[in-house]
Amino acid sequence: MDTVLLLTHTEADGGLPRAALEALSAARAVGGPLVVGLFGGSVERAVAALGGAGATKVLAVEGPAFADPRYGTDAAAAAALAKASGASVVLAPATSRMARVAAGVAQRLGGRVDTHVTQVAADGGVAVTRWFYKQRIEARLRRKERPWVLLVDPGAYPPASLEGGAAPAVERLALAADGLTRTEVLGLRAPSSGEQTIRPDAKLLFVAGAGWTKKQASGKPEPERAEQLILGLLRAAGASLGSSKSLVDQAGEGQKVFEFMTHLNQVGQTGSTPRHPKGLATCCHGEEPHVVGWRFIRERRAVNLDAGCGWARGKADVLYVADAFAVMEKVNALLAEKG
Amino acid sequence: MSTGYQIVVLGSVVPDPLQTLEPAQTPQGPGLKNELMLPHVLDPWAAHALYEAANLAARTPGSKVTLVSLGPKAKLQQVMMAVGQKVPFELVALDGPAGGFTDPHEVAARLAETVKALPGLDRSRLLLFGGWESASRGAGVTLQLVGERLEIADQFQGVDRLTPGEGGSFEVLERVEGGKHQVSRCAGAPAVLGWATGELGEPKNNPQIGMANMRGVMPALQKAAPAPVGTGGVEFLSVAVPRAQRETRIVKDMSPDDVARELVEWIGQD
Repeated sequence: MDTVLLLTHTEADGGLPRAALEALSAARAVGGPLVVGLFGGSVERAVAALGGAGATKVLAVEGPAFADPRYGTDAAAAAALAKASGASVVLAPATSRMARVAAGVAQRLGGRVDTHVTQVAADGGVAVTRWFYKQRIEARLRRKERPWVLLVDPGAYPPASLEGGAAPAVERLALAADGLTRTEVLGLRAPSSGEQTIRPDAKLLFVAGAGWTKKQASGKPEPERAEQLILGLLRAAGASLGSSKSLVDQAGEGQKVFEFMTHLNQVGQTGSTPRHPKGLATCCHGEEPHVVGWRFIRERRAVNLDAGCGWARGKADVLYVADAFAVMEKVNALLAEKG
Repeated sequence: MSTGYQIVVLGSVVPDPLQTLEPAQTPQGPGLKNELMLPHVLDPWAAHALYEAANLAARTPGSKVTLVSLGPKAKLQQVMMAVGQKVPFELVALDGPAGGFTDPHEVAARLAETVKALPGLDRSRLLLFGGWESASRGAGVTLQLVGERLEIADQFQGVDRLTPGEGGSFEVLERVEGGKHQVSRCAGAPAVLGWATGELGEPKNNPQIGMANMRGVMPALQKAAPAPVGTGGVEFLSVAVPRAQRETRIVKDMSPDDVARELVEWIGQD
């Protein structure tokens, strides 16, 4: 039976990232003895939260040198924890911090790595499910090589419920940070657009397509009106903003279409594949937003003027054949009334 | 003494992202139906890395861009005809499969050997660029694995900007959660940078660049070393396109007011 290590960094406050509890659910699906490995500036709150997690052991690397997310120190800490655990299967949440180092850690362990794991099963040995070709093809696979490092995608599992109880004992590993890195983390920066439009925890993903910048009934493009309508919906519904590639590329080509739109908003193709309970696509006519960008959106609706839109048909639950400008104006008014 | 960066971009070819893909079983493991018939492009994120590399090299005198690409020679030739028109680079080609089901550890071993063997490689000037993920395997691990094999301890993923600073240092913007960037300063090369989209548009075709590139691309393709990478120790239990056809309700005759009311009700439901 494989010994399983749940490997994660801690947050700035020393607590667990939410995705770590989701990865814990995946770790439980493997079965086998569970060890938890934590690294970060401080691990105190994370350890306290692990009461009832069922871990046989908690290992930790902590200290100011390990507080910042950077490859050199994180990879060293994670590899030390994995080695000390003796685990043959290492599960980690696919946060940006763990994604930066997972493969490097596998290489240091002489093991193998697989990422974007959406399902872990233990029937006849550990097997995982993941996507290939930008969420177009799904494969189930297993490997003989160990240790096997697995990055579990956020949202693939519900957060593990912990029964509480006494915090487990912690074994702290001494790890010198000298010479591990030449990188200094200076801080975080929000996009220069000023308004935060990406909200990973939002219930609704609002996808804007290039149609928002095309000629309207007035005979000319109305980007200012479009901007007001889109931002109005984001504010009123607390939605997150996604965009088709064609729309963000317009912004990158010097056509200042929407000030708040950057490549970070793009879904599908060279963009993200976000997870939200609901998605509303407007003025999109391509495969990318409807297939790839929507792969992990549970309920999907679309508003566009093309009843025969081949990508919305079969991918959306409801396709409203209507003018998105007129619809969104009314939606915003109704949401404002509801307060 | 030489100055500037030696920028090595790792990137290969992928089926055009707008193609419909179907898996197929081959003697070498899973693959795509009619894989070699599909139109291919340079992997989109790797293409961003290449454009950023060329831009950085143009701003930093003495720099050189080398594109190391592992893929089927015939497909590489087709794709390089288009990519070669965009920015100046030197190609080092490896002839092998570029499909998404190949094992990244095998691919990384080949790429690392090739980078180590580049003539005149100077680690103190080396920036290893690539896409932070591919549009084929989409794992985001190959670049890291190559970096580890080259013992490079400063790595960045999801990079959107690199700004050279004083004394060889540079500032990096990496994508992190919540649509934010983490800002870091690295003391200098060597470093690994896995690019997201960056900030540059696709360069326009430039016939002069194309002519100059082609003088090196064709010989590089002719002497491409075989790189028969496989699926490693992976056992594929199933490979399939998910059957996710939804019954779409098409609403044609509803007024914008009624559509809005229905949407607001839907948005409000738990």
